Amino acid sequence: MIVFENVGLRYDLGPEVLHDVSFVIEPHSFQFLTGPSGAGKSTLMRLMFMALRPTRGAARIFDQDVATITAYDIAATRRRIGMVFQDFRLLDHMTTYENVALPYRVQGKLESDYRADVVDLLQWVGLGKRLHAYPPVLSGGEKQRAAIARAVITKPEILLADEPSGNVDPDLAYRLLRLFVELNRSGTAVLIATHDLNLLQEVNARHMVLSEGRLTIYD
Amino acid sequence: MAPPPRQRSKTSGKAVPARGMLSRAMAWWSPLSGRRLTPIVPQESLAGRALIAVLAIMCFLSCLAVGAVSIVLDAAQGWQSEVAREITIQLRPRQGVDIEKDLGVISDIVRRTVGIERIRVLTRAENQRLLEPWLGQDIELSALPVPRLIVIETARSLKLDVEKLRQTVQQAVPGAALDDHRLWRQKLSAMTDAVVGLGVGVVILVLVATALSIVFATRGTMAANRDVFEVLQLVGADHRFIAREFQLRFLRFGLEGGLIGGVASLVAFSFAGIIVRSLSDDTGQAQIDLLFGSADLGWRGYLSVVGTVLIVTVLTAMTSRWSVIRHLSGKHRAS
Repeated sequence: MIVFENVGLRYDLGPEVLHDVSFVIEPHSFQFLTGPSGAGKSTLMRLMFMALRPTRGAARIFDQDVATITAYDIAATRRRIGMVFQDFRLLDHMTTYENVALPYRVQGKLESDYRADVVDLLQWVGLGKRLHAYPPVLSGGEKQRAAIARAVITKPEILLADEPSGNVDPDLAYRLLRLFVELNRSGTAVLIATHDLNLLQEVNARHMVLSEGRLTIYD
Repeated sequence: MAPPPRQRSKTSGKAVPARGMLSRAMAWWSPLSGRRLTPIVPQESLAGRALIAVLAIMCFLSCLAVGAVSIVLDAAQGWQSEVAREITIQLRPRQGVDIEKDLGVISDIVRRTVGIERIRVLTRAENQRLLEPWLGQDIELSALPVPRLIVIETARSLKLDVEKLRQTVQQAVPGAALDDHRLWRQKLSAMTDAVVGLGVGVVILVLVATALSIVFATRGTMAANRDVFEVLQLVGADHRFIAREFQLRFLRFGLEGGLIGGVASLVAFSFAGIIVRSLSDDTGQAQIDLLFGSADLGWRGYLSVVGTVLIVTVLTAMTSRWSVIRHLSGKHRAS
């Protein structure tokens, strides 16, 4: 699904922030990406989302070589990936329903085709009564759940979540983790980047630890 | 916790082929809330209103130029068709020959020629009236060798061989000169071409300035909606989809600005027509009518204004699309 071999990355002429990173993410797998702040977790997530290109090494995502991938193929590949950011990235001028339905609109689907799916999912994440609320009036937890719903609405093959519990209380963080586990059970591979040690202890999963730009994997 | 809701097969999440325009338009309608889905790129902004004002002004100027060219073309066509159908034969008095006899000979020749609709021999009194502006009213011309004129109007349907008529007339009456106003028509045509060229040049310059304004406005909109860009790329939108969303927004701006400018130009032309008609008592009216006809826009003028509005609208949409795709392609190469 995602294969990195000796990947290195530097910004412009600066020092290398990732060194010889190698790993494979298998379909239906569940893993945490952890490490101290500034270790390069978000950078690695951005590499996997093709927002950055490695400066050396080989990276293949869904059999596409990231070094040579075209803009069109990046868009098509991203539709197979769900991405959750710490800062939610919801559009403030659209309702919760419209934000979650956005991936379907991008795919050119008719609203009548996806309406029931979106409503069902929003009810499942506890936002059934906030369909027409705009993000500025949602709480941090509600925004995070809306962002997760948007990431999984098209049932991606892999979910990348960058610090999904960073802006929520421990109770909600635990509930979000259960949400990810359920998604994984339904067939979606999950990678959660976090430095929340409590969260790591809740699930028996592979740990990918980044430290000073180097990756160590604990299966 | 309950398992996630089962996805319906028709919403498998896989990439689907692009649908037609109708489907895309329908995708904007939300039966859930009974209203249109919110446009992905926010519609209302101060920059948007400023751009509509700029587009309205540009479209107004373009329509004025196009309309003025149309009026000049209509008037020039009127002049040319009238002048082209008129031929003048000038007959100088000859020593020892009765000029009335020469006039009769030439009249007979002209009447027998194919392609002539009407012939009129100007009388001495008419000749005198033509010379009054230069020689005054009280002068006696009978003692002077004043040439006589024959005015010929050619038929619309039949083609007159002017060169053959000229040769025949000169052979019958040496000294008779046939003038088909070719030189004047050439000058008129050159002047009309210059006016049309000037008008087209003005329109091109205005459209180029409009396109540049749209490029800057699109860049401003992209900068102001950077979060929209990022989210669209996050959910897998390709360049064409993002460009289409911006194009839809700018299409509306272009249509709004174009219609305002087009309607304003029509009002301006109507106002100009009223002013021209109000001068009907003035002695200058004849000259204005001669130069500009009735100063009405005419069907060709109205079509030109509508065409200009459409061009401004399409130019706005296409320029914004090109600008977004160029920006995104640049970003892709740089990443």
